[in-house]
Amino acid sequence: MLKRMVTKSGFYGTLTLFIAFSAMPFYIMLITMFKRNHDLLNPDNNPFIFNEPPTLQHLNLLLHQTQFPVFLLNTLLVGLAVVCITVLLSLPAAYSLARLAGNWGGIVGVGIFLTYLVPPTLLFIPLSRIIADLGLQNSLWALVLVYPTFTVPFCTWLLMSFFKSIPRDIEEQALIDGCSRLGAFFRIILPLSVPGIITVIVFAFTLVVNEYIYALAFIQESGSKTIGIGLTTELIRGDVFYWGALMGGALLASIPVAVIYTLFLDKIISGLNLGSGRQ
Amino acid sequence: MRSGRPFHRDSLTAFALLVPVVVYLAAFIGFPFVMSFIYSISNATIGDPHFSITGLNNFREMFHDAAFRTSLANTFIFTFVSIALVIVLAHILAELLIRDFPGKWIARFLLMLPWTTPIALGTIGFLWFMDSVYSPFDWLLRKLGLLGSPGDLFGPMSNLYWLARPGLAMASVILVHVWRLLPLATVILIAGLNAIPREIVEAAQIDGAGYFRRLFHITLPLLFPVIGVTVLFSVFFTFTDMTVVWILTRGGPPPHATQVLASLAFLKSIQGGDLAQGAAISLFFFPVLAGIAAIVLRLVKKAVVV
Amino acid sequence: MARVRFNDLKKHFGPVKAVDGVDLEIADGEFLVLLGPSGSGKTTLMRLCAGLEEPTAGSIFIDDQVVNDVAPRKRGIAMVFQSYALYPHMTVFKNIAFPLSVEGLPRQEIRDKVEWAAGLLGIAHLLERKPALISGGERQRVAIARALVRRPRVLLMDEPLSNLDAKVRHTARDELKKFQREIGVTTIYVTHDQVEAMGLGDRIAVMNEGKIRQIGSPDEIYQEPADTFVAGFVGLPPMNFLEEGGALTAFRPETFLPADLITDQERRIFNFRVERIEHLGSYLLVYGKVGDNLMIANLSLRHPVEEGTEVPFAVRLADIRYYDRASGRRIVK
Repeated sequence: MLKRMVTKSGFYGTLTLFIAFSAMPFYIMLITMFKRNHDLLNPDNNPFIFNEPPTLQHLNLLLHQTQFPVFLLNTLLVGLAVVCITVLLSLPAAYSLARLAGNWGGIVGVGIFLTYLVPPTLLFIPLSRIIADLGLQNSLWALVLVYPTFTVPFCTWLLMSFFKSIPRDIEEQALIDGCSRLGAFFRIILPLSVPGIITVIVFAFTLVVNEYIYALAFIQESGSKTIGIGLTTELIRGDVFYWGALMGGALLASIPVAVIYTLFLDKIISGLNLGSGRQ
Repeated sequence: MRSGRPFHRDSLTAFALLVPVVVYLAAFIGFPFVMSFIYSISNATIGDPHFSITGLNNFREMFHDAAFRTSLANTFIFTFVSIALVIVLAHILAELLIRDFPGKWIARFLLMLPWTTPIALGTIGFLWFMDSVYSPFDWLLRKLGLLGSPGDLFGPMSNLYWLARPGLAMASVILVHVWRLLPLATVILIAGLNAIPREIVEAAQIDGAGYFRRLFHITLPLLFPVIGVTVLFSVFFTFTDMTVVWILTRGGPPPHATQVLASLAFLKSIQGGDLAQGAAISLFFFPVLAGIAAIVLRLVKKAVVV
Repeated sequence: MARVRFNDLKKHFGPVKAVDGVDLEIADGEFLVLLGPSGSGKTTLMRLCAGLEEPTAGSIFIDDQVVNDVAPRKRGIAMVFQSYALYPHMTVFKNIAFPLSVEGLPRQEIRDKVEWAAGLLGIAHLLERKPALISGGERQRVAIARALVRRPRVLLMDEPLSNLDAKVRHTARDELKKFQREIGVTTIYVTHDQVEAMGLGDRIAVMNEGKIRQIGSPDEIYQEPADTFVAGFVGLPPMNFLEEGGALTAFRPETFLPADLITDQERRIFNFRVERIEHLGSYLLVYGKVGDNLMIANLSLRHPVEEGTEVPFAVRLADIRYYDRASGRRIVK
């Protein structure tokens, strides 16, 4: 009995430590965003609680006197455009790789996956030159054009394993029941792939919100910045930190992303998990 | 008995559906990838569209540059220390999360936060933790009597100055990397643990194997491939990352205490305008990434065969 | 309705000759069963007929038209897959209506035809359900209804009963035959189950290693196996084989009886060493040896023998078949 209680309290103790480690920055963001500056900027005050009544002044500053809403809108626009491009490119390619292409299809598929392993940190230098040649510096179109380089390979791979999980019989049945290849794809395969497509949309969107390096390299004009670089370059000026607004902005932008990502986490991970070979 | 060779028309369709993706990836990954090799042996700059091939000068210059050598070393240190910590912690956390307990969903959500939120935004939270005056860490240490008075464990000064001292700055960067990678590694390990047939563990229990014997003789060997995948993704994400360093320290404290290859390449090329130097530096990712690609290829092959 | 003809049809997957030169003609309205072990090429033959595989050589005729290059949807065929391949996102009604709505028929006509097919198969009460919520037997009926609703020229069925449990399978087989007779559609039915083949087929084509070994009525296949493969594959337990010189003497277990039961003069007597007896309810299986050859006798309960004894057993000459040992072909004496 005693042993079980010790094990149990050990279990919850360790779990609490891990949760504190993972969630603490977000807790601090939450509390800082509502703290009065007078409370916040006193090194002797307990940083984990409100020592003075909370205030909406940082939030007010963030929403009305910074370009935070513009950053959000920019991120949203780029995200939507990239999601559309990603789905339009990946969907046919994944179907082709999963069903139609023979041996050479396997090679192309692996080739596409390998491009996922070429990181932005290797590509941003030549790409910044290409973007400059296209006259797209400081334009959101630069990001729309370049972001699919990391969404398309992975999403193609993800959709491919999704299509492979749909029984071939069902598609052949549709061919016999009067559909052409394309008809079978639109009438049968596509409706059955809705969960996979939603996963891809979520994944592509979160990748876009996550991206930092290309945005940093291509966008210097504050009106065209996305959320990540916007917050870290516009709200930190030299030694002047708008701490409350900075924390509030980070929290407000990250929580929705975290919630939808969590809902799709298992599907995304199973796509990542090559080693198990159970796709 | 299933179809091996599709009909001709299907082959054509297959080809047509693949063309857009292949063209796009060739233009925006393949072409720049080749260009970065060419830049690295040229004198290309950001303002001037013309450049000429200058041979291996950039590399020679690079090797004589202390900043480069520091960055190279830092990149490896960050990657390996982070991954070692992540693997150990993820294993503990996976053992915890594999059980069922009340409130598991919310615990999981909180534990996954570092992975599910954009890294740049998460790192912002750490900026406050590592602030030179208001750091909550320092406050906690002062309250515990470990910092701030003569004779205290961490010294008499009121603050540790996390991002201003080389050793602590490196530790801070590693901390954020570990924080960020832990959830992903845990989820992959949990998937691996769940895939171990319960009968095998139970059979070992019946045979009288204790916890550690089971761990070393059964669980770990069976988990080995999954740990491999975890390491692979962790290397990939840490080795090529510059976001954490950029937001926390900009590679500082000066001159280059926490500089990594990615941030140095960024500094030289985008901020300094020297595309050629930047390209030469970023090419140092190539051998490591090629190694990862080779392993992934083998895994893919296996996954296809199985 | 239509005739189907395969003319020297071949399908190779790399080095594997799945279908290796098949000539076969199926009459209008006939129920033909393709019977063979797994890997014999029977499913590939059916998929060739459906247009899901491209022939390596040879031709497929439906009526007098070569359909090698005709898309599956234009062949006027319907198919029931082993898995039933119901569209999981559609109701039973939509599943059955699918071939008609692809054709673009008017709504009322679709409704009438679906109701006709559903009534025929007794599934009218399931029309609004999703496939996941109905039983295996019901799914099979839905699949058949969907196949019949378009009034196909040829109906293809790939082991449609193998996913049903034994009890349902029995009635399903009976009903299947009834529908086919009623509609009179030319049917090709693939199975590895000889009981199904015997019960359903007007004719049976026994396949092995990509070739058709024998075509005939169920009775012909059973009574007059053309070679040792057919003789060994059809019949449960299989035929007894006795090596005698360069030939094999073969007879069915139920024709192998204690000598005193066969009064006929035209008989052969063997000394049967009884080793083991299985009591199987309505009959006995007696395992033993004649010389070095394993033999099985199928006896009624009224004629028990004892384990460990040597008993004279006999077979009527009319029940004995002879095969060439080297080629396996039948020798008619």
